[in-house]
Amino acid sequence: MTGSPVVESESRDILSVEGLSLSFGGLAALSLVDLSVRQGSITGIIGPNGAGKTSLLNCISGFYRPQAGRVTFDGADVTRVAPDRRAALGVGRTFQNVALFEGMTVLDNVKLGAHSRLRSGIVSTMLFTPGARREELALREQVEHEVFEFLEIEHLRHRTVGSLSYGLQKRVDLARALAMRPRILLLDEPVAGMNEEETEDMARFILDVQEERNVTVVLIEHDMGVVMDLCERIAVLSFGERIALGTPEEIQRDPEVIRAYLGEEAA
Amino acid sequence: MLIGNYQESYASDEAIFRTPATRVWMGLALLAAVLFPFVAGDYLLYLANLMGVLALSALGLNILIGFTGQISLGHAAFMGVGAYATAILASRLGVPFWLSIPAGGALACGAGMVVGVPSLRIKGLYLAIATLAAQVIFEWIFTNWTSVTGGIRGLNVAPASLAGWRIDTDARAYFLIMTVAVAHYLFATNLRRTRWGRAFVAVRDRDVAAEIVGVNLFRTKILAFMVSSYFAGIAGGLWVYFTKVVTPENFPLSLSIQCLAIVIVGGLGSIKGTIYGTVFMTLVPELLKATTGLARQVWPTAQSYLFPLQDVVFGLLIVVFLIFEPHGLAEVWNRMKRFFSLWPFEK
Amino acid sequence: MSDGLVHLLQLLVSGVVTGGIYALVAMGFVVVYKATRVINFATGEFMMLGAFFGWSAMSALHAPFAVALLVAVAAAALLGMATERLVLRPLLGQRTISVIMVTIGLAAIFKGLAQIVWSGDYRTFPAIFPRAPLELGPLIIPSRQFYPFLVAVGAILLVGLAFRFTRTGVAMRATADDQMAAFGMGIDIRRIFSLSWSLAAMTAAVAGIVVGIIGGISPQLGAIGLRTFPVVILGGLDSIGGALAGGVIIGVLENLAGGYIDPLLDGTSVKEVVPFVVLVITLMVRPYGLFGTREVERL
Repeated sequence: MTGSPVVESESRDILSVEGLSLSFGGLAALSLVDLSVRQGSITGIIGPNGAGKTSLLNCISGFYRPQAGRVTFDGADVTRVAPDRRAALGVGRTFQNVALFEGMTVLDNVKLGAHSRLRSGIVSTMLFTPGARREELALREQVEHEVFEFLEIEHLRHRTVGSLSYGLQKRVDLARALAMRPRILLLDEPVAGMNEEETEDMARFILDVQEERNVTVVLIEHDMGVVMDLCERIAVLSFGERIALGTPEEIQRDPEVIRAYLGEEAA
Repeated sequence: MLIGNYQESYASDEAIFRTPATRVWMGLALLAAVLFPFVAGDYLLYLANLMGVLALSALGLNILIGFTGQISLGHAAFMGVGAYATAILASRLGVPFWLSIPAGGALACGAGMVVGVPSLRIKGLYLAIATLAAQVIFEWIFTNWTSVTGGIRGLNVAPASLAGWRIDTDARAYFLIMTVAVAHYLFATNLRRTRWGRAFVAVRDRDVAAEIVGVNLFRTKILAFMVSSYFAGIAGGLWVYFTKVVTPENFPLSLSIQCLAIVIVGGLGSIKGTIYGTVFMTLVPELLKATTGLARQVWPTAQSYLFPLQDVVFGLLIVVFLIFEPHGLAEVWNRMKRFFSLWPFEK
Repeated sequence: MSDGLVHLLQLLVSGVVTGGIYALVAMGFVVVYKATRVINFATGEFMMLGAFFGWSAMSALHAPFAVALLVAVAAAALLGMATERLVLRPLLGQRTISVIMVTIGLAAIFKGLAQIVWSGDYRTFPAIFPRAPLELGPLIIPSRQFYPFLVAVGAILLVGLAFRFTRTGVAMRATADDQMAAFGMGIDIRRIFSLSWSLAAMTAAVAGIVVGIIGGISPQLGAIGLRTFPVVILGGLDSIGGALAGGVIIGVLENLAGGYIDPLLDGTSVKEVVPFVVLVITLMVRPYGLFGTREVERL
């Protein structure tokens, strides 16, 4: 009974999506999508534009309520759980449009990522009681070591986010998600708009996060190099349906996938 | 803009005053503030007290609008709740000021919690109109709940006293008001630099992303309303001891608008800006009064134009600042600092 | 008919008819919002200036009422255009609080200027409407309520139809809905904004003159503007028909409260506060009002 639990959890699914259907008015964004994600893995979600990839991520984050289906995280049904509660459970997220808080510095943006983990009440922070002071300084230390050093952005900490290049903003977006100490990271196009060097850096960070911190990663990407290199499994969406699921090699050969991307002739 | 700022520990980087220079300036400012009542005349002292109360109230409004992005047109109502609570406790139950003022703040805080509830479902313009309704409703309660509030006649309050030492001169009131105001400016600064301040700004900038990243929107917005109205309530309580009387006419919609103007002219979201805004918006009408007083010598009816002129100037300041200087006096100050930090070199 | 029933009917009828005035004032808000998504806190002051323009035309130019009305409306149209060009256009796209505050600032400027130009003295229009009250059996409707009600209904019909069926009206609605799309369709956005504010100012001027006829003119005339918020919220910020419905309902509720609740309280009247309580309830239960269009949050 005191045996190490590590072996079991390695093959467990940390996230599973079953029969997810989402529509806006009459428009179906997702139809009966299934996906299970193994703890500690990197899973890719790809598909043509408008396939529903971000909608799927939004359902997992809690921003959208699906009309049908279920989202299970770490054994618990979270389909109806509010987004901020899911964050508290360990669901981290980056955004396609970066979505940083323009009125705050990089440091504050990243610290905000840890909001759900902090305990200081509003009165104690206003009075800056010894307890509040301890928590704030501990947060600073944690964020510096675990996030700023890791992502090599220490020199940016007091800059306003508006003054950063797009690539750096995306890194800060990731930093904010990491500050939460997430169990799972949902990345929405983490290397979009990046040059080769930035892409390699980001890919390396993602791998390090998964290996060193045992964080499960689910990423949406259009950069096939990144997807094929990093992901152990890939789900392909097209027009709201999952048309394929498998290893990179299987996906590359799948006729459905080829048809979705390149049209009928290529298949 | 700090040049050559080198910190050796995270703790010192997190401090409010990070360089010796800023610490010295703050020390000098405090010294000047302490010496002020000994050199200033009665009228200046009265103005200083007025500004102290307004600056405190406006800071609360800035926390709600500037930090958190929630619009409130009913700030004066919360000042009124605090003022009336303080006055009732003081005059009917003989509660001393160091209890009645915080109690006023607490009751105003509760009122803020109630008024903040609509923020769960409505935002922006609609929320603004809801707070406008709150202003009207509270004013009506102040005027008509005669048994409790004294109706139109209002309530009279004896001067605050602490162990026999009565606060019955403007100079003594000054120390009370300034101490409380400075303390609350410190609280607001602490707030901005810690967990909840960040949550407020996140809700203002991108509430959708904030929620996904872990911020409970409703709880955060309600807290913002509560903190904001607490500040207003304290300001109202101080006001009561300052003027020794409270009537429903003291907290009209125009006071809410005045606070809004202060926050906007000073700079939304800027704590220092609130001070600049308060001083500016208080001194400009005074300047106008002095000018028309002088003009009376050549133009006898000048004084009758004072009030409408104040209205026009007030409105013009708001419109001009919004069009040309939307980030307020705080930004003007920052620009000057940036310019002088490199002067005589440019850029 | 029993006395109680007559009392009730009288309250209802008075309420409906007072509601007409509210609806007329509310139109000023709705026209601006419908076309530009801006809530004009200076609507009351536009009304007040319209009334003064009309009064000046009559007293200084010795013009007959009809001419004075036209002069006032024309002057208001110019004022609206100037306001849009100088004050509102620079703030296009800014956050809501800024736009709200700029109209509040404008209100202060107008009010102050009016007092400087015309002084704070109370002025009156000569009697335009017939004096005799309307009698419906046991019910009496004072003329100063009835004729404004007719004007309100007429104006609402006119403006409502214009928005619905004229090309400009449709263009205005399109612009308010989605500026980019309207622009893409070839609509001259700047001209639409200009026209919208002119129209709003003209509507307000008519409302101001009507209110001025009933209750006299002074720089304080604009105060009725804020009292009309419950009406626009209940009716729906962008619904012209809603302004009429909202006005009537608020007018009736006010009167019923005054008639039945006030006697139970000694000395106080709930008439002023009831509309605002209704406003709060509306916002909690149905924020877009009875006829307003639901705004979809763009993600």
